[in-house]
Amino acid sequence: MTSSKSMAELAREYGLKAEEYGVIVQRLNREPNEVELGVFSVMWSEHCSYKSSRKHLAKFPTTGPRVICGPGENAGVVDIGDGQACIFKMESHNHPSYIEPYQGAATGVGGIMRDVFTMGARPIALLNALRFGDPSHPKTRRLVEGVVAGIGGYGNCVGVPTVGGETNFHRGYDGNILVNAMCVGLADADKIFYSAAPAAGLPVVYFGSKTGRDGIHGATMASAEFDEDSDEKRPTVQVGDPFAEKLLIEATLELMKTGAVAAIQDMGAAGLTSSSVEMAGKGSVGIELDLDMVPQREEGMTAYEMMLSESQERMLAILKPGRERDGHAIFEKWGLDAAVIGWTTDTGHIVLKHKGKTVCDIPLSPLSDDAPLYDRPWTEPVKHLRLDPGQIPAPVDWADAVLKILSCPDVASKRWLWEQYDRHVMADTLEDSATGADAGIVRVHGGRKALAVTSDCTPRYVLNDPYEGGKQAVAEAWRNLTAVGSLPIAVTDNLNFGNPERPEIMGQIVRAIDGMAEACRALDFPVVSGNVSLYNETNGAAIPPTPTVGAVGLLADYDDHMDFSNLRDGDVLVLIGENHGELGASLYLRELLGREDGAPPPVDLAIERRNGDFVRGLIGAKKISACHDLSDGGLAIAAAEMALASNIGVTLNASSGGHSHPYLFGEDQGRYLVATRKPAELLADAGAAHVHAMVVGEVGGEAFASKELFSIALPALRAAHEGWLPDYMSRKD
Amino acid sequence: MKAAVIVFPGSNCDRDCAVGVERATGATVEMIWHAEPQLPKGLDLIVLPGGFSYGDYLRCGAMAAQSPVMKAVVAAANDGVPTLGICNGFQILCEARLLPGALLRNEKLKYICKPVDLEIVNGNTRFTAAFGERRTARMTIGNGEGNFFAGEDLLNRLEGEGQVVFRYANENPNGSARNIAGIINQQGNVLGMMPHPDRAFEAELGSADGAVLFRSVLG
Repeated sequence: MTSSKSMAELAREYGLKAEEYGVIVQRLNREPNEVELGVFSVMWSEHCSYKSSRKHLAKFPTTGPRVICGPGENAGVVDIGDGQACIFKMESHNHPSYIEPYQGAATGVGGIMRDVFTMGARPIALLNALRFGDPSHPKTRRLVEGVVAGIGGYGNCVGVPTVGGETNFHRGYDGNILVNAMCVGLADADKIFYSAAPAAGLPVVYFGSKTGRDGIHGATMASAEFDEDSDEKRPTVQVGDPFAEKLLIEATLELMKTGAVAAIQDMGAAGLTSSSVEMAGKGSVGIELDLDMVPQREEGMTAYEMMLSESQERMLAILKPGRERDGHAIFEKWGLDAAVIGWTTDTGHIVLKHKGKTVCDIPLSPLSDDAPLYDRPWTEPVKHLRLDPGQIPAPVDWADAVLKILSCPDVASKRWLWEQYDRHVMADTLEDSATGADAGIVRVHGGRKALAVTSDCTPRYVLNDPYEGGKQAVAEAWRNLTAVGSLPIAVTDNLNFGNPERPEIMGQIVRAIDGMAEACRALDFPVVSGNVSLYNETNGAAIPPTPTVGAVGLLADYDDHMDFSNLRDGDVLVLIGENHGELGASLYLRELLGREDGAPPPVDLAIERRNGDFVRGLIGAKKISACHDLSDGGLAIAAAEMALASNIGVTLNASSGGHSHPYLFGEDQGRYLVATRKPAELLADAGAAHVHAMVVGEVGGEAFASKELFSIALPALRAAHEGWLPDYMSRKD
Repeated sequence: MKAAVIVFPGSNCDRDCAVGVERATGATVEMIWHAEPQLPKGLDLIVLPGGFSYGDYLRCGAMAAQSPVMKAVVAAANDGVPTLGICNGFQILCEARLLPGALLRNEKLKYICKPVDLEIVNGNTRFTAAFGERRTARMTIGNGEGNFFAGEDLLNRLEGEGQVVFRYANENPNGSARNIAGIINQQGNVLGMMPHPDRAFEAELGSADGAVLFRSVLG
């Protein structure tokens, strides 16, 4: 089809560098044909090979007493006791969601669920971390509308509750939105399924939807920057069918129960290519596929198109010898296409046959062993200076300041969005986006245990100091899990950055990973899975660095979980953790003064851990009745959110004076606001634990107030918090 | 007591219904695949669960209504076996003509998941008797097509005959005619409702009012 072009030219079109193409020719001792080139180009894409990030990802701690399987498989696996395992991962679908928001987001949800049930787990919770451009950008509203509908349309239909997430708006995402989806599943710890083919001579079974021409070179697109012509890439976006996914989950879990499955992998990015190459490569065997056997949706598909298609809802399983008929009744019951499309071999090659011809015959080892690994040059990010709180002006109107921050796009209620997600299906949801808690909580079905789940990142901190911002993303996830009473057990990460070939972007990547890794070590919080999304740039403008942290915590008894919707008249509010009035990179600075400068609040990991362990102890001992971590907007916003969730007034004790604004709006880390009836006892406990604690307010009345500074009636407070997003979405401008 | 939960391809509240009924009443629950031509004998309750049977393709519930098992469900319902359709199950009951009316896209054209306050309009049905004197209940909804529609004559008749069992009490979330959230057939043995008793069977889930409903019919 491209006879006029040389293979070297084609290689460049497929995203390979000239040096990378040179390595292929050297390893094969010949030029590849187009199919072979296609296989190399997707396997060596940034998306599949992690060629720019691999060196640095090695810094993450990935082991621990609970870790059953760390990064490298479809998802991470963690022991949660009683013979049960939690399997989870977060993954981006940024590029496709910008081009076609509904299908891009929907297939992101579908893909991450497949990563989880591929390993033998039933998905039990979904989260999503979304970053959109400035609300005033002409594309933003349509993107929000489409992404949210896509997430809901897919997750709701499959029947997995969406219990948490986060949504930010910033002009830095005008040209590249971020859609990061996380799925958490539950499996028996002794029935985990892996992807490595265990031996030669085993049947390779394809099942699920048919293969069509959608999504060809999706992985390559996801490894490139956008320019003016990006809309032309719409054909590379896949189309999802959640009904097919629901059938696929049930069929896969039933097939696993038969004991016939030797290895299994979903067909995600780079479809049949990556699944077959990875399964055979990890097992150090070969694989031979007869592409004529692949169930096809369209006529006349070429070998190249079949291998590169990213059609959704497809699985590849390697079955035990003689078991290829086992699945037949199951696939028939669920109405799924299925076929034996090949065998594992002892050649160490991937061999593809189509219409009687061998269309690809290449050794597998270079695909992984010789995959490019770059130690890209990087520069130390320019650090912002710490701001002296005394130099930051106080607000003229304190009530207005509170309302401005509470109604700004990053803090305003996202009800408009999460009311479109089914949060209750499976009948085990205890806390979700609606309930006033720092993390979603789902019961481990049939028992007393529960899992807490969260996703966190504060991109404005990472932008101003990637190292501290990286630490903060991990610490905040750990803190959110702690605030609901759970023991944080493991992390999945989704690293979203710009073009790694630019040293300043690479510097963000390196230092953010350094910070995250340090925090994970200090908090015994191993990274068990993750995903890297680079080249989030348009015309040379990169997104703010956004290393999203997804994390899971464990509750031994769900009756011990905590939220912040239970304030009662007469409760005393105690602040755990010290306040230095850090206003650098704060929302106060941005929303009130229009400034985005300053060093972000530093995270002292030893204090973080001490404060968190203390709070978790208070919750376990039932000494507090509400708990909320302090984050965006500091003490004032945390207290306002507690008042709204509990529908009762709160009065803080800050009065006029030079330092009330750093006190109320400072974003110092490692802090919690807790409610108690016995403040003296709590302060004594804190003292004994060397934890900083002080009484900061009390509960009662019908207003959110702080002595003579401000008093805002709850309805006005609620209107400010709830109003922004529905107003924005209903405007036509 | 014995209940059956029908499982269609795309049902996703089948387990929730089974667990809710079991925990609330102690009844034995059998899962019945949609391709079965027959139902077990001696059923005290048939549940058509929520979800997206057949992916909601064509029309919500339209294809499920043509499933082999539905012939047996219709026969059992006509024989007086208590039959409960929740959410997609309500849509299927309407498509199967076991209940009148239809469920349209929600007024604002969006899927809505939220807790709703319900008025128990008719507390004398076999599904609501255990609420006693209570006339309010709380459950959650989760649907994109929960907007009950019927002609004025039919709506008048449903109200006049006591066939409106549940109404949205404070806010009508989806534009339903006369705030209708659930209706029962004339014989009083087939109930369709959009709110989910199968997500409200324990206090930890935010409400245990669904358990009261299950106990009414299986008590």
